[in-house]
Amino acid sequence: MDTIKVVAAIILTIYLFPFLSFGFQSDELLVDDEEFGLEGAPQPRFPEPTSTRSAPVTTATRKRHSDLDSDSKIEFSLDHAFGDSDFSPAGTFSARIKTWSHGGQTLTKLRFSRNNFTNEEQKKFKNLLESDDFYRIRLPSNVLSPPGRDFIISSVKARCLPREGLDEHFVIHMEGVNVLAVNYGSPGSCSYPRNLKLPVKWSFSSYTVLKNSEQAPRAPIFTEEILGGENGGGEVVQPPERSFWAKYWMYLIPLGLIITNAITQAMNMPEEQATGQVPASAGMVQRGPSSAARRR
Amino acid sequence: MATRSFFVPFLLFALCFYSSLTPVLSLYEDQVGLMDWHQQYIGKVKQAVFSTQKTGRRRVIVSTEENVIASLDLRHGEIFWRHLLGSDDVIDGIDIGLGKYVITLSSGGSVLRSWNIPDGQMVWESFLQGPKHSKSLLLVPTNLKIEKDNVIVVFSNGRLHAVSCIDGEVLWNKDFEAESFEAQQVIQPPGSDLIYVVGFAASSQFEMYQINARNGELLKHERATFSSGFLRVVSLVSSETVVALDSTGSILLTISFQNGEISFQQTPISNLVEDPSGPAVILPSSVPGIFAIKTNAFTIFIRVIDEGKLEVVEKTNHETTVSNALPISEGQQAFALVQHAGSEIHLAVKIAHDWDGNLLEESIKMDQQRGLVHKVFINNYIRTDKSHGFRVLIVMEDHSLLLLQQGAIVWSREDGLASIIDVTASELPVERDGVSVAKVEHNLFEWLKGHMLKLKGTLMLASPEDVAAIQSMRLKSSEKSKLTRDHNGFRKLLVVLTRAGKLFALHTGDGRIVWSHFLQSLHKSGTCQSPIGLNLYLWQVPHHHAMDENPSVLVISRCGPSSDAPAVLSFVDTYTGKELNSLSLVHGVVQVIPLPYTDSTEQRLHLLIDSDKHAHLYPTTSEALRIFKREFSNIYWYSVEDHNGIIKGHALKCKCTGEVADEFCFDTRDLWSVVFPSESEKIIATVTRKLNEVVHTQAKVVADQDVMYKYISRNLLFVATVAPKGSGEIGSVTPEESWLVAYLIDTVTGRILHRVTHHGAQGPVHAVFSENWVVYHYFNLRAHRYEMSVIEIYDQSRADNKDVWKLVLGKHNLTSPISLFSRPEVITKSQSYFFTHSVKAIAVTSTAKGITSKQLLIGTIGDQVLALDKRFLDPRRSVNPTQAEKEEGIIPLTDSLPIIPQSYVTHALRVEGLRGIVTVPAKLESTTLVFAHGVDLFFTQLAPSKTYDSLTEDFSYALLLLTIVALVAAIFVTWRLSERKELQDKWR
Repeated sequence: MDTIKVVAAIILTIYLFPFLSFGFQSDELLVDDEEFGLEGAPQPRFPEPTSTRSAPVTTATRKRHSDLDSDSKIEFSLDHAFGDSDFSPAGTFSARIKTWSHGGQTLTKLRFSRNNFTNEEQKKFKNLLESDDFYRIRLPSNVLSPPGRDFIISSVKARCLPREGLDEHFVIHMEGVNVLAVNYGSPGSCSYPRNLKLPVKWSFSSYTVLKNSEQAPRAPIFTEEILGGENGGGEVVQPPERSFWAKYWMYLIPLGLIITNAITQAMNMPEEQATGQVPASAGMVQRGPSSAARRR
Repeated sequence: MATRSFFVPFLLFALCFYSSLTPVLSLYEDQVGLMDWHQQYIGKVKQAVFSTQKTGRRRVIVSTEENVIASLDLRHGEIFWRHLLGSDDVIDGIDIGLGKYVITLSSGGSVLRSWNIPDGQMVWESFLQGPKHSKSLLLVPTNLKIEKDNVIVVFSNGRLHAVSCIDGEVLWNKDFEAESFEAQQVIQPPGSDLIYVVGFAASSQFEMYQINARNGELLKHERATFSSGFLRVVSLVSSETVVALDSTGSILLTISFQNGEISFQQTPISNLVEDPSGPAVILPSSVPGIFAIKTNAFTIFIRVIDEGKLEVVEKTNHETTVSNALPISEGQQAFALVQHAGSEIHLAVKIAHDWDGNLLEESIKMDQQRGLVHKVFINNYIRTDKSHGFRVLIVMEDHSLLLLQQGAIVWSREDGLASIIDVTASELPVERDGVSVAKVEHNLFEWLKGHMLKLKGTLMLASPEDVAAIQSMRLKSSEKSKLTRDHNGFRKLLVVLTRAGKLFALHTGDGRIVWSHFLQSLHKSGTCQSPIGLNLYLWQVPHHHAMDENPSVLVISRCGPSSDAPAVLSFVDTYTGKELNSLSLVHGVVQVIPLPYTDSTEQRLHLLIDSDKHAHLYPTTSEALRIFKREFSNIYWYSVEDHNGIIKGHALKCKCTGEVADEFCFDTRDLWSVVFPSESEKIIATVTRKLNEVVHTQAKVVADQDVMYKYISRNLLFVATVAPKGSGEIGSVTPEESWLVAYLIDTVTGRILHRVTHHGAQGPVHAVFSENWVVYHYFNLRAHRYEMSVIEIYDQSRADNKDVWKLVLGKHNLTSPISLFSRPEVITKSQSYFFTHSVKAIAVTSTAKGITSKQLLIGTIGDQVLALDKRFLDPRRSVNPTQAEKEEGIIPLTDSLPIIPQSYVTHALRVEGLRGIVTVPAKLESTTLVFAHGVDLFFTQLAPSKTYDSLTEDFSYALLLLTIVALVAAIFVTWRLSERKELQDKWR
């Protein structure tokens, strides 16, 4: 039983090894991304059946030599829109497709070349800045046969982008060759209320990150004896061992009172017998004068 | 002497003090029903059968639309026994066999069961297979026997079965292969060995099969064609005659198949009635010799005279309902007819062959809030003077069930409450002079007696009778069922909307119905044939200072199932149950967004999104518009298109550019979209935080005096997707081809903040989102067990606010406004645990200020509600927690979540057919109110961290008082005693 488990674990490790070692390959990655926790193994899944690969070639220029080639270049375009205007091309992503032996495909070596704003676009962007409107971008949802099922749209308030120049930050969430979503915005924070600020130079500095899904940690599996130890109580917080006093104070206090009372009694008795009328008890001290006064 | 007299009261006091401090982990037996109540319902009755044998005479067996079969007491309407079949096990028919068994046919005619009437035990169950899907018909002939076996005849799945009534064995079966044959009736003429199966084939063919009941042999098969086709409903008027309508609904066809010969007799409806006004439909009934048709304006009763001649006996424009025939003596059959006339209903019991003579005629005043009579079931009994008496069971439009006898309503059941769609809680009025319903304690003696009993109970001196008396006294305490607001906020009104379209207000103290209101907009009417209630929102919650105003709720409904059907808004006062206003809208409603803004009269602003993606603002006042304009650019929302796996974000654009100027209508635009690849992911669950949730603290202090800031955003959406292959039942796929992906998405910008894949996992997913964490439940195919995972999300951008000096000098960014357009810096922590049960619903406790720790409320497959501490689902649990972590309260890691039997909040009860759990905060911080609904209702109060801010309900103030008095008395007595002793000593 145990040996089977071990063997299974080894097989699994071997199986996962390639992804662990090659999972994240974007050499364009410039900014820190550890907050997203990349330690999990990205899992490429089997993409759509091969029929879609031979889908009619669309606008995107892609050069693919053969399916057997494990590395092939593709390009897909980024479109942008100002406010509610129509989308127009804004730049091109180029990447290599890595085909794994089992048929899964992932993108690696993503590069992005941004077209500079034309004068007209600059004017439009200025309008956006003035009206605090949205600057929108879109990507195809499938990089092999754009646009795929639908375009992936993302928007940001235009006033978030200008800094020195125009800074933008893409996080592209991939699933094989499908783009799931793109997080688009400024690489830093965008304060609120947003102030109107024109960029000094009209060029973009772009940061791009490719992301695949990470794998969830397995539920821990314990052996029986730990289980027995842990689960026996049900109530898991074991109360700390309490001292004798903490346990039995409610008996000890009355007992103590009884004893003191008894002792006083006992002290009284012999003294009464011995000295007769002298009030010796501590308890009588306060009342002593009063009774004495009354006697007078 | 002195010692003793001092010690006894002390002991008493200590005992009393100690007993009130002992933490109560769960409920004691005698506390059941103190703070909780449980109500049992059955749902809208579909069919009712009366047992005629001696033992069952006091009972009626019903089947309902909630898939319940139940045996009810005819005298009081109580449930003797009840079984809830699964949601995929819809009951097709019930009947009584051999006088002592209930026979039920369910699951599209494939499961036949027999139940013992006295105790509801299942006697046998048999599975009936068949070649194709078809209408299922159940027939239990009274005296058809095959070798001493009573026979049940079932037509289902294109096959006719004869089943033994004793053990459910299939005696014979006969297939009806003909492709298009649709059976309409299975007839067994009494006293013969023949079975007729009649139905339609193709569009215009009537078919009749004559079958030998003894062995299933086909004796005769006749068919006849009628050129203009049929409406596929028949009414049986005698054992060898049926009546049908042609496809235009204007010609009545009397079809007789005497001696195996089919003959048609056509009668145009216009020959019978002068002005038929539109096509007619046949009302299904089985009264011999008489049938009813319904046109737009009239209900017409027609008698079949010899040789298929028809004669109109009555034409009425009142709403009319007819029962099935009930044999009362040989050759005589009676049926009941119920007609509406204003606020009364007229009940007439007639003999089938004699329309004009009524056996019984009664008028009963009926509550308008119950709507129309939907169904009538008749039953007879022998009166004291040996004549026939009749009682009828009627099902109303609001799904309630009433028994009428001797011109009065004997009992009624509010079974609409078995199908609750939405719940909201409302405060009760504040106690004022004149409003107060408080009762003064009856008299001093009673009061003293009560407290003596309580004292006895506390000192464990009480006899069983005393215990019972204490219990009933506690239950009776009028305090909890008052109709005014209480200091702790335990007393509230639960406003519920049922599927029938009726609003009920339930009192949280004892669960009674304070008022009920059948919404005018949800009545079936000419303009709206199938109204559907959708949601319930708090519309107006008056401010604490405006005590003279009543709160109101908004009910959103629409005409018909499609999302572009026009919507109707109704506003209902929650104190009185009166409908304040009702708006019929021109647009539909797809989404309702309660905005976090209120106008000066505390009416909440609501945004309704219609199917054309226009947003409409309500209330339509200029003030609301002004408030709305101010926040115009800060309103974002999202929509989930789960059929094609796209989530979109939206914002407002500008005024509607329609032909009609409407300043409360706005155009919208798409801001972002997330497209899940259709070949690998399918959305199965989306969950957000509750809108009214309160978070007390943003920071969480972890073990080593470190601080983590919770990422608290109202705009987080949890989405779970599974592989399309794995969206079926558990076990239908291998672990390799099944996975589950969990996402946390920001709904303003569409950013995916967290994304994690569980390989080998499968739905269904149930999830709950609260504060900065989400807990979800799914099945792990590799481990063959259910699992629960937790994701907690923390904000890193505030992580450097740890320095005390920064906080003191105000150099922190904790109060600065946050824009979601900034790049989020978050970290997540997650952990998975095994969980034994499958789950029907998950909720989380909510308290007034959010200070009290949270518990998850899990509706288990056994229809119970289990409370599980959130601490068990802490992602920071580790195998060997450090001392600091232990002090913080971190539980050592285990692989599965414990199920502690005492933590079932429903204790011994079951909330049959559990569908939802609603939590409402009480005013007292430690306490939360829990309402679980399904076919049954259950309500209780929970204190997840114990009632740390109040004494328990059963704290005996009298005992405390008594102890103090005894102590004071003891002090005086001892003082006097010692005084005397001293005196004696001194005189010695």
